[in-house]
Amino acid sequence: MKKLIVPALLALLIAGCSSTPDTGAEQSGAPVEGRDGVRTVTAGGVGSSQLPAILTDPKSILSKRSVYFDYDSFEIKPEFKDLVSAHAKFLVENRQFKMLIQGNTDERGSREYNIALGQKRSDAVKKALMLLGAREEQLESVSLGEEKPACVDQSESCWAKNRRGDMLYNGEF
Amino acid sequence: MNRHFRQFAVLCATAFSLSAHAQLSIEVTGAGATRIPVTIADFGGEPGAARAITTVIRGDLERSGMFKLVEQAQSPLTEATSIDFNAVRSRGADAIAAGSIGATADGRHEARFRLHDTNKQSQLAGAAFVTSTSLLRAAGHRIADVIYEKLIGEPGIFSTRIAYVVKAGVGRFELQIADADGQNAQAALISKEPIISPVWSPDGGRLAYVSFENKKPVIYVHSLATGKRTVVANFKGSNSAPAWAPDGRRLAVVLTKNGGSQIFLINADGSGVTRLTTSGSIDTEPQFSPDGQTVFFTSDRGGSPQIYRVSVSGGNTQRVTFEGTYNVTPRLSPDGKSMAFISRRDGGFRLAVMDLASRQTQILTDSQKDESPSFAPNGRMILIATEIGGRGVLSAVSVDGRIKQRLSVAAGDVREPAWGPYQK
Repeated sequence: MKKLIVPALLALLIAGCSSTPDTGAEQSGAPVEGRDGVRTVTAGGVGSSQLPAILTDPKSILSKRSVYFDYDSFEIKPEFKDLVSAHAKFLVENRQFKMLIQGNTDERGSREYNIALGQKRSDAVKKALMLLGAREEQLESVSLGEEKPACVDQSESCWAKNRRGDMLYNGEF
Repeated sequence: MNRHFRQFAVLCATAFSLSAHAQLSIEVTGAGATRIPVTIADFGGEPGAARAITTVIRGDLERSGMFKLVEQAQSPLTEATSIDFNAVRSRGADAIAAGSIGATADGRHEARFRLHDTNKQSQLAGAAFVTSTSLLRAAGHRIADVIYEKLIGEPGIFSTRIAYVVKAGVGRFELQIADADGQNAQAALISKEPIISPVWSPDGGRLAYVSFENKKPVIYVHSLATGKRTVVANFKGSNSAPAWAPDGRRLAVVLTKNGGSQIFLINADGSGVTRLTTSGSIDTEPQFSPDGQTVFFTSDRGGSPQIYRVSVSGGNTQRVTFEGTYNVTPRLSPDGKSMAFISRRDGGFRLAVMDLASRQTQILTDSQKDESPSFAPNGRMILIATEIGGRGVLSAVSVDGRIKQRLSVAAGDVREPAWGPYQK
């Protein structure tokens, strides 16, 4: 039942996008037009309702998706080895599942250079998963750099929360 | 002088507070070492239109930091009025511009003006621009450009446009295009996800940028007049840091499809990908030299992020920066002789400019968080993003560091500026 609702919602959202251009309307005839420039994105993906409970149940280690890194480091710390191993095992046993790994950085420094640093974090998670049996075609490592901070205060405790790799399964991205 | 500008700023703030889009407001600090005293007379003709256009011209010249506005004796003065040069000169003005707004047969405005040298008592320039009411400001910018070029000896940039990203609350990002004076801001793209790294095509008609609307960085080229968007690079992994080649046909981009962040060349339609750098390190933030022969980029191949350059055909890589442990985001001046970049000094990320021939570097700000430098097309100013009071603002800094203009919006963070090319 839930599986039917999601596509229906998506269809509604898409219909909404095409019929209500929500920008630039008051600027019609101006040299820069926003009307076709808007693409409404369904933030947060389609939700986790399609995922097996083992990936979402708070009691399951697989519901945890974040690996945190030290400053200027791309090494997976020992306390996250069990988490990465559990996800690798799941991917080995469920070859139909795909994962998007998003690397993140704190806000200091150039945005584009931070994209590259975040990529090193997501690549580290990807490499660890592959060493444990996940296949390359199941995995995509990307970077969000400093653009999607989990915490926005300018403090070390906050920056530490932003230096992370997030593991998302299909349906979550 | 300052009071005059404040009145102008207040006028703008009042006029645009009703606007749906958050407008940039500009605050100037500092001025050039020598400013040319000039009188912009009240133009003749229909008083409302005349006042509008002279306000634009005066605002442009004053904000540039290169001129000192001198009030006039006679009022108003048209291009046909015979000028009392002795009176103008006695008030200290080296030049005077006078003009008028007239109506054309088809109901548009015609702005005519003349610029005179008060010492030689001769005409320096004269021009006429025909425009609709909605583009009256544009005519003012054109006139200001002519005055600037005649008196300074290089083209003005008052008719150019800038692009930047406004973060307006959680989950709302707008890629906006505005006139160089911050007016007429229009959104080219609105997204719930971040937009970074906008860059103007050399013809000024398109922007390339990185959008995260698909939960990963993807490079688009966006035609401003039509709103048509083309995906240039959406390979497996991250796609970022677009830079136009001077011919407008190719871009340098950073892809991770082959592992690591490496620089590739790609056609503007997404075809013809070729790899430019091959390293086991981070190579990112490519930027073409104006002659298209060299690509400058940031790399950590030496242990810390530094700026390097490589021939566009590959090979012959040279390190450019050596001072400090964090030098990123190279941006070449339009004449290719100097390079703006961001350098970490005393714990702050600051705008720096290097003379490429002598390697001499000057730090232009004392900020904590400068980012994303972008040269004005005449090479005189550099637009950067910085942070003041925890809020993102834009700042235009003259290449000698003397003149600083701050551009901010009332509600939101402004970041990722890109100064557009001369308008054709």
